[in-house]
Amino acid sequence: MSGAWKAADVVGLREETTTARTIRLRLPAPVPALAGQHIDIRLTAPDGYQAVRSYSVAGATPDGFEITVEELPDGEVSPYLVRDLAVGDQLEVRGPVGGWFVWRAEDSGPVQLIGGGSGVVPLMAMARAHAAAAHPAPFRLLYSVRSPESVFYREELESLAERETFDVTYVYTRKAPDGEPAGRLDKGTLARHVLDGGSDPAVFICGATGFVEAVSGWLLDLGHAPDRIKTERYGGMGGTS
Amino acid sequence: MNVWTGQPRAQALEDDYLDGNALAGPLSEVFSIDITAALGTCGGCGAEGAIAEARLYVNAPAKILRCPSCGAVLLRLDEREGRLILDLSGFKNVTIRLE
Ligand SMILES: Cc1cc2nc3c(=O)[nH]c(=O)nc-3n(C[C@H](O)[C@H](O)[C@H](O)COP(=O)(O)OP(=O)(O)OC[C@H]3O[C@@H](n4cnc5c(N)ncnc54)[C@H](O)[C@@H]3O)c2cc1C
Ligand SMILES: [Zn+2]
Repeated sequence: MSGAWKAADVVGLREETTTARTIRLRLPAPVPALAGQHIDIRLTAPDGYQAVRSYSVAGATPDGFEITVEELPDGEVSPYLVRDLAVGDQLEVRGPVGGWFVWRAEDSGPVQLIGGGSGVVPLMAMARAHAAAAHPAPFRLLYSVRSPESVFYREELESLAERETFDVTYVYTRKAPDGEPAGRLDKGTLARHVLDGGSDPAVFICGATGFVEAVSGWLLDLGHAPDRIKTERYGGMGGTS
Repeated sequence: MNVWTGQPRAQALEDDYLDGNALAGPLSEVFSIDITAALGTCGGCGAEGAIAEARLYVNAPAKILRCPSCGAVLLRLDEREGRLILDLSGFKNVTIRLE
């Protein structure tokens, strides 16, 4: 029916945490992806029923890209992607799409990334693009996450942070390493860890809808300009990790 | 499987929403450029913003994009049985930047 859907091969799988994994996809022909874009995935049941969900591109590969999916226990699609999908399977994919929630290397200003849970995925694509370009702009990531065990891309984030231009701060919402506090992100913590509005950073916020809602409101209170803030809501009013 | 919300219909549907960003896939079926980065003017209140920034409600049978300022319906996208019905009548106009 539509020419936009392509069959992608699953060529690699990597556990990020006990409830999330990275899926490497190969496309029939290479497609460019901007950092921050997403794809749509369509699954079909034996009776013909179909479900479509969006997933951010985590990073480009020579013949495709990777996505990282967090399992929502009662979800229709994510448990299949995290538990059952195997190398050699195919997924129907549309995209990468979206020209708004993207970072481009032509943008020279400082960047503040703020992610909650799996909302870190498109921000990781931006951090990777920033590193690949050896870009001089300061990049900061504030990563709100349930516990140390729930962190995606931990080793790579640590190595990115060895560079002068990249910095990562973790806020643990449920369980922190010894000696560190655990608790939900609040306005005060946010103010302490993000680039202040005076340096006019481009801000990208991504995560569950409730998380994005709260963080964008606090940033406006803190004096960030509305037109410098871009958001990507994943759904889920309750989820504020 | 059904889970009851314990809320009247309107409110339950209002609760969860995404950004207009999430329309980029379905709208790529219709437009040859990324229309979510285009600037729309609300026909109700005149507010201007990127389509990507409006509120997208996906829990109804059709996807509904609402103005973040006044709540008016800007766009309705109904994909069913091999047909796509796109209603853009909530916009006064849409401005596309040509590269
Ligand atoms: C543009 C975009 C990019 C996305 N990128 C990613 C990504 O990179 N990785 C990823 O894991 N997911 C991502 N998502 C979310 C993803 O599309 C699905 O919503 C998610 O996988 C759940 O699908 P499901 O079929 O398993 O659950 P469903 O059967 O759809 O049920 C999920 C239920 O939980 C709610 N919910 C949805 N998301 C969350 C959340 N984050 N926290 C709490 N509740 C939630 C929904 O409102 C719904 O009621 C993205 C969403 C969008 C719109
Ligand atoms: Zn309006």
